[in-house]
Amino acid sequence: MAALVHLITYAALATLVIAVAGRAIRFYRLPVHLRWELYPVAHDLERVSHGGSYLEQLNWWTKPRRTSLIGELLVMVPEMLLIKALWENNRALWYRSFPFHFGLYISIGAAGLLLLGAAAELLGFPVKATADAGMIGMALYYLPILAGYTGLGLTLLGAIVLLHRRLSAPELRNYASPAHVFNLAIFIAAFGFALLASVVRDHDFSLARGYLQSLLSLNLAAPVGSRAVALEILLVSFLIAYVPLTHMSHFFMKWFTYHTVRWDDRPNLRGSKIEAEIQNLVKAPVTWAAPHLHADGKKNWVDIITEEWKS
Amino acid sequence: MNKKLRVEDFSKPADPLSHVDLDDLIPLPAPYNQPENIPAWPPLDQKTKDQVEASLDDTVALGIPRPKTKAEEQELVRKFLSGLAKLFTRENNWTFLQPLLLSMDHCAKCQTCSDACHVFEASGGNELYRPTYRSEILRRIYFKYLKPGGKYFGKWAHGDIDLNWTTVARLAELSYRCNLCRRCAQTCPIGVDNGLIAHEIRKLFSQELGIAAKELHEKGSVLQLKVGSSTGMTPLVVKDNIEFIDEDTSEKVGFTVKTPWDKEGADILLIHNAGEIMAWPENPGAFAAILEKAGVSWTMSSEPVGYDDINYGLWYDDFMLAKVAIKHAQAAKKLKVKKIVIGECGHAHKALTVVADRVLTGDLNIPRESSMTLLEDIVMSGRIKLDPSRNNFPVTLHDPCNMVRSMGIVEPQRRVLRKIAPMFREMTPHGVYNYCCGGGSGFAIMSPYNFEHWRFNVAGRKKFQQILNAFQEDLRPTTHKYLCTPCSNCKGQFRDMLFYYNAFEKCGILYGGLVELIVNAMTDAKPGYIEWTWH
Repeated sequence: MAALVHLITYAALATLVIAVAGRAIRFYRLPVHLRWELYPVAHDLERVSHGGSYLEQLNWWTKPRRTSLIGELLVMVPEMLLIKALWENNRALWYRSFPFHFGLYISIGAAGLLLLGAAAELLGFPVKATADAGMIGMALYYLPILAGYTGLGLTLLGAIVLLHRRLSAPELRNYASPAHVFNLAIFIAAFGFALLASVVRDHDFSLARGYLQSLLSLNLAAPVGSRAVALEILLVSFLIAYVPLTHMSHFFMKWFTYHTVRWDDRPNLRGSKIEAEIQNLVKAPVTWAAPHLHADGKKNWVDIITEEWKS
Repeated sequence: MNKKLRVEDFSKPADPLSHVDLDDLIPLPAPYNQPENIPAWPPLDQKTKDQVEASLDDTVALGIPRPKTKAEEQELVRKFLSGLAKLFTRENNWTFLQPLLLSMDHCAKCQTCSDACHVFEASGGNELYRPTYRSEILRRIYFKYLKPGGKYFGKWAHGDIDLNWTTVARLAELSYRCNLCRRCAQTCPIGVDNGLIAHEIRKLFSQELGIAAKELHEKGSVLQLKVGSSTGMTPLVVKDNIEFIDEDTSEKVGFTVKTPWDKEGADILLIHNAGEIMAWPENPGAFAAILEKAGVSWTMSSEPVGYDDINYGLWYDDFMLAKVAIKHAQAAKKLKVKKIVIGECGHAHKALTVVADRVLTGDLNIPRESSMTLLEDIVMSGRIKLDPSRNNFPVTLHDPCNMVRSMGIVEPQRRVLRKIAPMFREMTPHGVYNYCCGGGSGFAIMSPYNFEHWRFNVAGRKKFQQILNAFQEDLRPTTHKYLCTPCSNCKGQFRDMLFYYNAFEKCGILYGGLVELIVNAMTDAKPGYIEWTWH
């Protein structure tokens, strides 16, 4: 039984890695698209305050184009951590969404701290509540408890109020699919059960840390120590595998929507990589059927768009 | 209005699916808070309803003929699905595949975008105009009918919808109830762009089914490529018209203005929206006067399409966009100019400078620049002498979405206005967070059937409210007020909408471009370039 739980967790983690990598690679490999930026563009630090672009400069192509990572971080970090766009544009939902998302971050942080504690114990460093564990050992004992209960509680609260909102607000209910309801319900089930199991069977998360230790050491036979904790692990494992397969993959796909569309103001300069890619793309045959395009499945983009030019 | 409209209802018979009533709309400030100052909105006649698809909202933009047989119904659905499949292929839609997939896959349906939409807000929250409503229909069809296992998994993950003739015809119409201003996309925490989805739906219909607004396609791009301009002006006619404008402008400003044609090796090829030449000759006239006095080396091209920067393909068809952009670049290449400068036309700015940037390769990749930056340079450098007191009347600025939100040309025109218009005031909100004029995405030139009533009452309502608020301290008709609009398309909307509401007579609001204000302040020119008469 313990081995099965371990194998399921490994499978979930593998699914997470493969799904995230697969999705990211799939989108990364999509062809360069026509420019469709939307201002303000965060990396234009000189002009972001008024939403301007380098195109505001006379003879812009003769001037250096400066992009700032700091500018992007100034937007992305508050957006990721605090969901700033929601705070500014949909306050009622922010009060529900923020605890959910922030709770998730704290829960992930707690899991990270437990993992550190597990690794420390494997290396022979004690992780305990007593002074003989040292400052680091005590921190690795207490911090996951603090973060764990905070994260589990906030996520559970957020998921409940989000589900309530999803089902009660007409503008959300009208667009809710069965999957939307299921997604929030499974979060409520997983985090609710995790909170309950922790309070009742694993109040200091030592069983969870022990489980991570056995995962790290590939000790599949190590008992989980509690059926409740085992069920908690199974539910969380399901979430780990499930989330990146759904629209909730926006947690990392946001990088693409911002960087490769909204902020992609790279000009197509002669001799550039972009130009080379475009020249390759326009060689593909086109099969659109509208009469005005005269596409026969053999003509490519260049043939069609230069029709008037050649006539 | 049908407040309980559900996504699934879109496929079901209803006549109409949702009706827009004047009482549902957001109120306008005085004097338009009085019913007698609001023009009547006549109902759509039964004959039109019998002939074309009008069951969406009692408004018709496209006029898709009603099917006569079951086979015709099925054919439309088959073609639609065929086009939808192509929209998601690399070879047919590399131009927008990545942004489209990102928006299709990751919307959380949180509706944060809704309040940003001027159409949704102005309609009083009509569900049909919610930015996500249209996208949701496309998304549900895509996941149910095109994805493997979609019949079960698509419904589970995204919700259900039936696909029939009504769904397809209504979706085509609904893609023309969005100005593509992308204000909604600015607010999305995830970066989903419902404006883009509306754009892609229009493309699907144009590129696969040959269905597009006649004003944009047949009377727009096709005519432009055939004779040289969507206005119908041939090279001979445009040269003749400009000659007349030069003479008229010379007389008005008191010095000789002569537009150079086909001057090889000039620094600048200036391309106007040809609509300016036809409808607002004072605009190209003012450009010529400024460039003359500033000593700029410039020319216009008499090459077909080279004198008309209109590019309606931006709104409905990538191929038409590319064809026209190439013609513009060819005209510049032939004249060996250093750069193309785009006149006061927002969509032309975005089409040629930004969107077509990744269409023009090799020696067709000639630098393109906004006239706003050129004008700023001329005004701020002191190359022309200006007397701001000549512009001592209330001025506000409309930000064309394509030039500002989609391109980031925000400050140059403001720096000019701050220098030459002492009574300049901003609208609220403004800049990249502006509201669309209501004529965006081609609506300004579209008045088929009863569409213009929707355009003025719903699409343009938020902007009209903003304009009235900007001048609220004195709305008396005797106080002349200037709505500065550096975009032909927006001017077209304002001409029609202000006339509809009789806003010049009632409130003294006149619209016009930036260059007219500059010439109005030029000390080398005779005073009074702006004529306070309605046109």
